[in-house]
Amino acid sequence: MKMTRVYLDHAAATPLLPEAREAMVPFLDGEFGNPASIHARGEKPRAAVKDAREKVAGLVGARPEGIIFTASASESNNHALKGLAAGRAGHIIVSAIEHVSVLEPARTLAKAGFELTELPVDGEGRVRPESLTAAIRPDTVLVSVMHANNEVGAVQDIAELARVAHEREVPFHSDGTAAVGRLPVDLGALGVDVYSFAAQSVYGPKGAAALYIRPGTRIRPLVEGGFQERNRRAGTENVAAIAGFGAAAEVTARRLADWSGEMSRLADRIFTELPSRLDRLVFTGPGTGRLPGHVSVCVEFVEGEAMLLSLDDEGIAAASGSSCTARTLKVSHVLLAMGLPHTLAQTSLVLTLGRDTTDAGVDHLLEKLPPIVIRLRRMSPLYAKLERGEDPYAAAAGAACEDDHSTVEEG
Amino acid sequence: MYSDKVMDHFRNPRHVGAVENPDGVGEVGNPVCGDMMSFSIRVRDGVLKDVRFRTFGCGAAIAVSSMVSEMAIGKTIEEALAMSNADVARELGGLPPNKLHCSNLGADALHAAIRNYLEKQKEA
Repeated sequence: MKMTRVYLDHAAATPLLPEAREAMVPFLDGEFGNPASIHARGEKPRAAVKDAREKVAGLVGARPEGIIFTASASESNNHALKGLAAGRAGHIIVSAIEHVSVLEPARTLAKAGFELTELPVDGEGRVRPESLTAAIRPDTVLVSVMHANNEVGAVQDIAELARVAHEREVPFHSDGTAAVGRLPVDLGALGVDVYSFAAQSVYGPKGAAALYIRPGTRIRPLVEGGFQERNRRAGTENVAAIAGFGAAAEVTARRLADWSGEMSRLADRIFTELPSRLDRLVFTGPGTGRLPGHVSVCVEFVEGEAMLLSLDDEGIAAASGSSCTARTLKVSHVLLAMGLPHTLAQTSLVLTLGRDTTDAGVDHLLEKLPPIVIRLRRMSPLYAKLERGEDPYAAAAGAACEDDHSTVEEG
Repeated sequence: MYSDKVMDHFRNPRHVGAVENPDGVGEVGNPVCGDMMSFSIRVRDGVLKDVRFRTFGCGAAIAVSSMVSEMAIGKTIEEALAMSNADVARELGGLPPNKLHCSNLGADALHAAIRNYLEKQKEA
């Protein structure tokens, strides 16, 4: 019997749109030329990159000359942070719930002499504009706050945060990786100076991403040594991936409202139907003002990785912020920044729906998840304590576990 | 990511639960860190007649608990105390390097239950 497969991890990777694939094929086959070449081989690749730039710009309400192509959203984020900080000194601000590709460059800059403020978020994962107002100093050189959070779905008031930064003449960057492809994005209205997003966000290929730079913004290149992308990003363009990005952006721009509406409806089914089948669920992130098709929930007394492995056995792909699912063995910094206790963060489950998600897929999840949770809870000493009327978390007080996880014995 | 043996013990864990009126109990780990194991044992004539566990944790933690209980049943107290974390990981066909701490917890939890038994013997 063929296994039902339900993919609910679109934040990690998205299936390629057929239109994107079709746009890519010529550049994987005969049209191998370099867009910079003078000869005939350069013509079609050059035209493809130009065409893709227009489509990608159109998706986010930007002018084509504001878009440069990079290889990943991580590269775009590194470029934004390091490029804005280059040649300056002083203070930088990022939110505490940024993706690691913003947090790590920020911490690298801090090691190089910048002072770093990691802005706190409220219990729903939102950065309050007044906390940004309070954090900005006369020597602040950049602010970076993500448009929407990939783990808890919180959408930030970027227009207001950018306004606060600009009032003090500080450049503002936003990581739009989780937002693009789920929310309509108009960079003109948002007022940001620099914005990152990836082809993956719009069902395009891996290996292509974009960095929007508002004309006049002072930002240094990350990759030097070539005149590509108007001297802003050296290296021969990944023409096939960029062409796929363009085609995917065009389709997404046209279909976004339909897709988001359907994803929201399906996510709402999970929000309303799951609690009638399982108790002790704690939904995380905001109720309103969250990404369409994004469900984040803590399933008390069940560790995240055990849930993911069992879901995978049922053909369901999902994600978690538990420490056991992270290569670093650190629990989600996002959930901790929102004030969730470690004990709850270890039980997190993140479901990111996509344009390919169906009612049948949601039915499959709603059928399979509850018995998995019940099985794992029967195995959980925490749940046994709860049933005996004891405090399941009594042992949690004052616990320290960094050592447990860093002491790796050779087997 | 995991060996077939780990996945088998994760999917079909042996000896889940708690021994009724146990001779010894041991609990190690912490929900804060993502792993917690609770073992209970029945001992007759110095031999582990029954070993049961409850575990909150990742796939490796559950598989390790299951394997520890399977390996321990029928062993003398001395033999069970000599069981090492490396023995458990080996029996499971290896664990990813960053999951070895789970196997450390497994033997520790069993040993804690045995020590609890030995202390009770001393008191009696």
